[in-house]
Formats: sequence, structure tokens, C-alpha cells
Amino acid sequence: MTDFSANEQTYDAGMGDYFALLKPRVMSLVVFTALVGLLVAPVPVHPFVGFVAILCIAVGAGASGALNMWWDADIDAVMKRTAGRPIPSGRVAPSEALGIGIGLSGFAIVLLALATNFLAAALLTFTIFFYLVVYSMWLKRATPQNIVIGGAAGAFPPMIGWAVATGGVSIESVLMFALIFMWTPPHFWALALFVKSDYGRAGVPMLTETHGRDATRRHVLIYTVLLVPVALGLGLTSIGGPLYMAVAVVMNAWFLKGAFDIWRRDDAACEADKHKVEINVFKVSLYYLFAHFVALLAEAAMRLYGIGGWSW
Amino acid sequence: MVIRVEHELHERRKGRNTGVGLLLVGFIAIVFGLTVVKVLQLDDIREFETFDHVVRPQLVPEPEVTQ
Repeated sequence: MTDFSANEQTYDAGMGDYFALLKPRVMSLVVFTALVGLLVAPVPVHPFVGFVAILCIAVGAGASGALNMWWDADIDAVMKRTAGRPIPSGRVAPSEALGIGIGLSGFAIVLLALATNFLAAALLTFTIFFYLVVYSMWLKRATPQNIVIGGAAGAFPPMIGWAVATGGVSIESVLMFALIFMWTPPHFWALALFVKSDYGRAGVPMLTETHGRDATRRHVLIYTVLLVPVALGLGLTSIGGPLYMAVAVVMNAWFLKGAFDIWRRDDAACEADKHKVEINVFKVSLYYLFAHFVALLAEAAMRLYGIGGWSW
Repeated sequence: MVIRVEHELHERRKGRNTGVGLLLVGFIAIVFGLTVVKVLQLDDIREFETFDHVVRPQLVPEPEVTQ
């Protein structure tokens, strides 16, 4: 007999399990885009304040990931890709995830408000609200367009980074938001075309299953076409420049060609080459976003030496 | 029943306790660092006193007279 039998359980969650609640891979994209948003802004930020701001944005994003896992534990358990997450695998209790999500959200928002400004904190609050309530609770199980509107949650970080530096919202930050917002649907649907998903079994409407694969291919093309003016338009603002424009033209042509190739195919062609084109376009979509933000960063760095932007 | 100073639970949750400890130390470092940065960013150090909890206009530095 032991003196405290209530703790006789087979598994205790470790720090790693709690960290997994924060969706570290999503967080890395958030950190990168928020950092670019902060660095390309025309107002310099003290490095330590910038570091704390990025940390707050990352923790806020992580907290919304934990809240999403708390809400979606039932469907995560059904799907193979997500069955190993901390809650469905039984490593972390749902109530713990809820507590951590709310606690970290509060910390991140308050600290961001104190370290920088209230607009940045308000945008972070709205992002967490949007991801949890609008996407997870409302849209995800209701409409196959869930990914379109839900993508806004992932598009906010550069806008928050910009707000940290400038204390405002401007055409540049709106276009950085729009770039990720318009990029998410073709990126995600290209993935949905080649990954064997079990969203249907979990009751989550996914375009490939509700409207078929042909409709999904058409959607990939349409959204990629709509993405092009956003990406090029960003190049005409104060944070763009010839280098960004060159990168944007190349990457948009590449992505557009991929989307067009997808649109021309049918299921037989996909089966024949084991979704080679779709997998390739998915990879291109990753390079696409990365290249655009690196180019913005390069323009900002060049401006320090007076050779960036359109003015020289 | 064996009485031990080191309960088995302590061993089991060692990683967690260490992790929480490190997070708290990190949080203290951040708040301290922010304080230092914010105070140093004040142009006139006397402004620091205006962060007192009541308004004390006599502490607000006089704006420089431009001729």
C-alpha cells in the first residue's frame, strides 16, 4: 500500500506533452511571419521589446492551438493524422488543455499590451478569438469553405508584428495579411488532393469530399489567380521594391502554372503518377510564401543601406 | 510502509517541476529586462517619477522654451 493512492496512474504528462499542445510547427510559421511584419515596418523597435513581442505572439498562437485541441478532441481522436495528439492519446486531460490555453492567452495578451501597445494586443486577442470561436467552433464543422475564412487566423501575425512597431494598421500590413489569407486555400487544397484524409468519418466537411475533387481543382486555380494581384500589389507599397517584385513575378508564375496543371488533370491522371503534380504544387506553395516574406525582409535590409524600395 | 523523504511522485514529476521553474525564471527575466529597457528609453529620467500612482505635476519636466 502506498500513502497516496490517488496519484497511482500509469502516465504523467511531461513538459513535452504540454509543449505539443501549442502546435510548435504552426508556431514556427507564426514567429517567422510576425518577425517579418515587425522588421519591415518603418519604425525601429528595441531588440529586447521586439523579442518579447514575438514571444507573446508565439505564445498567443500556441494558446489558441491548445484551445483548438481542447474543442476538437472528439474529431482529433477519430482521424489518424491527429489521433496521436496529447488529448486524444490520453496524455493530457481536456480540462488541462483548456486551462493552459486560457492562462497562456491571458499572459500573452497582457504582456504584449504592456510591452508594446494596445492595438497589437487587441489584434492578438482577435486572432485567438477568431481561431477558437469563428474557425474551430463555428465554421470547421459547418462548411467546406472553413479553410478560406479560418485562414484569416494564420494571416494575422505579420499584421500584429507591424502593429507592434508602428502602433497602427496600414495598406502594407493589410496586404501582408491578404497574401497569407489568399494563399492558404490553394495551399491547403493542394494538400487535400493527395493526402488520404478521414475528415468525412470525423464529420468535418472538406471540399474534396463535399463537392468532389474536380471542384477542388477548380478552387485551387481560382484562388491562385486571385492571389496574384495581392502578391504583386504588395510589391508596389513602401515595403516592396524591385527585388521583391522580381521574386513575386517568378514565384507567382510558378505557382500559377502549378495550379493550372492541377486544374487540367483528372483522377485517372492523378492515380497514374501517384499525385506527383499535386505534391509538387504543395511544395511550391511553401516556397512561395517563404520567398515572398524573405524578399520583404531583404528589401528592408537593403533600405538600411539606401538601396531598397522604389526610391533610389 | 516505508517512510521516505523523497516520494516517488517527486521523481515522477521532476521534469515538470524543473520545466515550471525554468519558465518562472524566464518570466522574471523578461519583466526585469522590459523594465530596464523602458526606463532607459525615457529621455528625461525625471519622467520616471511621473509613473507614481498619483498625478504629481511638479515632477513633470518643464517643456524647453524655444525662442
